[in-house]
Amino acid sequence: MEKKKQVKNPWKLFCRIMSYVMKNYRIACIFVLIFIFISVFANAWGIKFMQTLIDDYILPLMKSDTPDFGPLASAILKVAVVYLFGALSTYAYTRIMVYVTQGTLRTLRVDMFSHMEKLPIRYFDTHAHGDIMSTYTNDIDTLRQMISQSIPQFINSAITIVNVLIYMIILNVPLTILTLVMVAIMLYTTKKLAGKSGAYFMAQQRDIGTVNGYIEEMMNGQKVVKVFCHEQESIEEFNALNDQLFDSAYNANKFANILMPVNAQIGNISYVLCAIVGGILALSGIGGLTLGGLASFLTFNKSFNMPINQVSQQLNSIVMALAGSERIFAMLDEEVETDDGYVTLVNARKENGVLTETPEHTGLWAWKHTHQADGSVEYRELTGDVVFDDVDFGYTEDKVVLHNVDLFATPGQKIAFVGSTGAGKTTITNLINRFYDISDGKIRYDGININKIKKADLRHSLGIVLQDTHLFTGTVMDNIRYGKLDAADEEVYAAAKLANADSFIRHLPDGYQTVLTGDGANLSQGQRQLLAIARAAIADPPVLILDEATSSIDTRTERIVQDGMDKLMHGRTTFVIAHRLSTVRNSDCIMVLEHGRIIERGSHDQLIAEHGKYYQLYTGNFAEN
Amino acid sequence: MIKTLAAQIKEFKRDSILTPVFMILEVIMETIIPLLMASIIDDGVEAGNIHHIYVVGAWMTVAACFSLFNGIMGGKYGARASAGFARNLRKAMFEKIQTFSFANIDRFSTAGLVTRMTTDVTNIQNAYQMLLRMCMRAPASLICAMAMSFFINPQLASIYLAAVLLLGSALAFIIYKAMNYFNAAFRKYDDLNASVQENVSAIRVVKAYVREDHEIGKFTKASDNIYRMLVRAENVVTFNSPLMQLTVYSCILLISWFGAKMIVHSSLTTGQLMSLLAYCMNILMSLMMLSMVFVMLSMSVASAERISEVLNEESSLTNPENPDFEVENGDIVFDHVTFSYKKDASSPVLSDIHLTIHSGETIGILGGTGSSKSSLVNLISRLYDVTEGCVLVGGKDVRTYDLETLRNQVAVVLQNNVLFSGSILDNLRWGDKNATEEECIHACKLACADEFIAAFPDGYHTHIEQGGTNVSGGQKQRLCIARALLKKPKILILDDSTSAVDTATDAKIRQAFASEIPDTTKLIIAQRISSVQNADKIIVLDDGKVTGFGSHEELLATNEIYRDVYESQTSGGGDFDEKGGNA
Repeated sequence: MEKKKQVKNPWKLFCRIMSYVMKNYRIACIFVLIFIFISVFANAWGIKFMQTLIDDYILPLMKSDTPDFGPLASAILKVAVVYLFGALSTYAYTRIMVYVTQGTLRTLRVDMFSHMEKLPIRYFDTHAHGDIMSTYTNDIDTLRQMISQSIPQFINSAITIVNVLIYMIILNVPLTILTLVMVAIMLYTTKKLAGKSGAYFMAQQRDIGTVNGYIEEMMNGQKVVKVFCHEQESIEEFNALNDQLFDSAYNANKFANILMPVNAQIGNISYVLCAIVGGILALSGIGGLTLGGLASFLTFNKSFNMPINQVSQQLNSIVMALAGSERIFAMLDEEVETDDGYVTLVNARKENGVLTETPEHTGLWAWKHTHQADGSVEYRELTGDVVFDDVDFGYTEDKVVLHNVDLFATPGQKIAFVGSTGAGKTTITNLINRFYDISDGKIRYDGININKIKKADLRHSLGIVLQDTHLFTGTVMDNIRYGKLDAADEEVYAAAKLANADSFIRHLPDGYQTVLTGDGANLSQGQRQLLAIARAAIADPPVLILDEATSSIDTRTERIVQDGMDKLMHGRTTFVIAHRLSTVRNSDCIMVLEHGRIIERGSHDQLIAEHGKYYQLYTGNFAEN
Repeated sequence: MIKTLAAQIKEFKRDSILTPVFMILEVIMETIIPLLMASIIDDGVEAGNIHHIYVVGAWMTVAACFSLFNGIMGGKYGARASAGFARNLRKAMFEKIQTFSFANIDRFSTAGLVTRMTTDVTNIQNAYQMLLRMCMRAPASLICAMAMSFFINPQLASIYLAAVLLLGSALAFIIYKAMNYFNAAFRKYDDLNASVQENVSAIRVVKAYVREDHEIGKFTKASDNIYRMLVRAENVVTFNSPLMQLTVYSCILLISWFGAKMIVHSSLTTGQLMSLLAYCMNILMSLMMLSMVFVMLSMSVASAERISEVLNEESSLTNPENPDFEVENGDIVFDHVTFSYKKDASSPVLSDIHLTIHSGETIGILGGTGSSKSSLVNLISRLYDVTEGCVLVGGKDVRTYDLETLRNQVAVVLQNNVLFSGSILDNLRWGDKNATEEECIHACKLACADEFIAAFPDGYHTHIEQGGTNVSGGQKQRLCIARALLKKPKILILDDSTSAVDTATDAKIRQAFASEIPDTTKLIIAQRISSVQNADKIIVLDDGKVTGFGSHEELLATNEIYRDVYESQTSGGGDFDEKGGNA
């Protein structure tokens, strides 16, 4: 919402962008500077030549009876060489800038992405995904504009201005002062007009936001609009917003459009004034101004106004780039997920009841616990024993969503969580894999406090199937293999079979090589869920978390999925969140959550006998009690 | 395509015509100024005539002021014309979309429609402004400057003509090459952004499988690839400015050389030489400008096509000529209905449906995903038209009713339902604009929404965020039901609308329906057998066909699929009283 905040420290931000560019392209940047300088110098040299052309060559030639064009030819040839260097330099620096710009943007993109992947889940839960995306698209784009165009243009203009100024001073001081006065007027009007236009641009930006927001909302709800015959009302609302946008867009563009002709004509007037004053000076011979000198000066006058005009045109895009880069750096400055864990997961072999570490894959895993005090190493078998000890948790400090949660799951057990939406079921699973860290209490995994376990290793030992299946662009094979990157094809087939996914996959047009796009849009919900299960199966984790994994599938399809799921759960500690009775009934223990507290626990039969909340929830028998 | 878009210029025709007129006048002034300059030097300075300098200087000032006036006017009208054109395009599209049927909406995705109305319109707005201001200005400037050059000295001017031809064809070639490269690169670039999007939404999966480094690796590779493609494309464009410089420089030198000779032989004056050199810049700069305009315009063609697609789309549903404005009762008859979404579909979505439902009945609809439950109910309020047969409501074909009348009497709570930003009351009043707060509260009580609404600090004035993100799924569903109830419809359709509501509340809502709106025909699509088993009749759908239509007991006895579903949801629970749901 607060996108259009003023950039706080533009200069610092600018330096940061520049240092980012310089990081990899220091030498390239120096060359760019040199080439820009040559290019500008060549241009100025050419203008200077106009003076010599008339004064030193044409006028003497006119006076001579037998004109010798030899010296003129060699002079023109000399200028031609200078010009050639100028053009080559222009080519060289634009070409280098391509690499600098695109290279910097590539590095920036990769840096952003790498950083983003390391951010905690909290970041993604608290930032709108659309905003994150626009950092990659819009904000990077404004930066491209600035690095590739505005900055070189700026340097070019600055050098030109200084260079031309020097020439002008050499030619004639009073005329130079006159030109500078006109430039001052030009800058003043630019500032006035840009200020006006800027205010309208802000308004335009705001109105575009409102209109786009309205369009998005209405297009998303278009079917509801139809069902409620709400067309006329939404058209009226839209028209009001649309008219407002027209107003601000019209005014913003009007002032932006006016800027150029105004500056150009002030430039022209400056030209006229110089011509008149210069003409008088040249005729009266004051200050040694010659006819050729005046001609040159007038050309310089024009070359002086042009870069100033250009710089003022670039200002807007620089301001936008600064705002964009502020958002980019804000993301890069987000704290990454911290990991103080030192207990790691290793392959193990058990001989005579003693665990030893081994590099090859044995199917047996152990926690390698290096005690910090004395450096001794202890191995403990990974079994999937999970204990919550008086755990409190809140997403924000002032709002606790889980209170005093105690639970234990012994290896191979199936633990179910039930309760209404917002009771805190998903939150519990977020804590086991440390997507979020608990505020108080302890969670132990095989007797080890999970804070001591390296996050990557902790998560490797947990499998998750979520309600929203997320598949990645790529083949079906790739998607299953996501669970274990080095899995052989046979392992993929086996996992798919286990999840009851094999038969439908073989019916796809290209079987396992079928390419999925747009989050598996070409598959049904049930099929996507089966792939997610196969993906979890191939990872072969000792502990499974199923978060509403089957709730968006109809019950008949669910049976097929459930069957695959049951096979997957076999022999694993499983945490199940579901609101469907059939999914939770055969759990070893069912926890009923309400307002962040476990209010009932026990097996299905026990809880039914208790006639408590569980009984109510699943019988709909709320009348008595 | 152009005709469709041009039709939307409407009241901004005057601005659209005036803009290029002013731009051309500005160009003419700019062409005259160097001519006056020459006069100052030749007749003023060289002749020692200070009076002439004053006179011509005054003329120049007048010309500059007139040019300024034209520039300002051109800028103003250009801004008005393009902003107005964009407004009209948005308005036309929005109004068009409001006439769309569900089938039309399905054809364009929601995201597609949003892009067309936002990004595409902005592209067209910019292109249109460019077209009005530059497309006339650049060629006019080129022609004027060229004409003046020929007027001053035809021999020297022919150098410019050659330069224009050379530079022009070189630019055309560069643009042609670069466009191909850029188009390929941009497609890849879109893919890259799609993969970022994928990662953002699937971040839990990425982190759960500890695949951060894997994803970073993939991304880096894709970035490198795009880097190479973009560099290749940009490298073609880098020829532009040095080429331009070379041409300008060559012209200057050639003009200087031949000009000097001519001056010496008195067939040219120094002033004329100066103006010729000034025109050189004018000519080549406008050529450059023209090539830029061309690139901009060709890039906006795709946007223009997408917009005209929307504008040219005809709604697949139209109101009948002499519509009925009265729905008598809530009877529904499906008379041998066959339906498919696409005309040429090989197998229909619904085939030969023949059902009679009486006013006031409660009908459950059950079936697996893809068994066309939603398609069936969508035909009742004519969200889609049948392919064969007909659907009767209140004894008349739905196609004879006024659409608004029909839809007000047949309230549908859609499966993917949406709340809009605004207060809860605002949202409820979609059902009935004039509903009093009491009526709203009453509807919410029926839908079991009153309890949680009352618990909000602002109660019924609580602000709902866009997309209803600040209420839970179950709360949203209940609000949507209440909103539909406010219509006081003769037929109420709940399309899987209580899936996120717990069983107890679900039962409570159904109970309220039974006692409070007994005359309304109620159709309930559900996954849970407990949600439908007490209905008067239950329709069992499988693969677009009705396999059973009867009461719970009848179906349990005769319908295999129904029995199957029933058992899958209740089996093994001998002591577990599922029937409690009707209490």
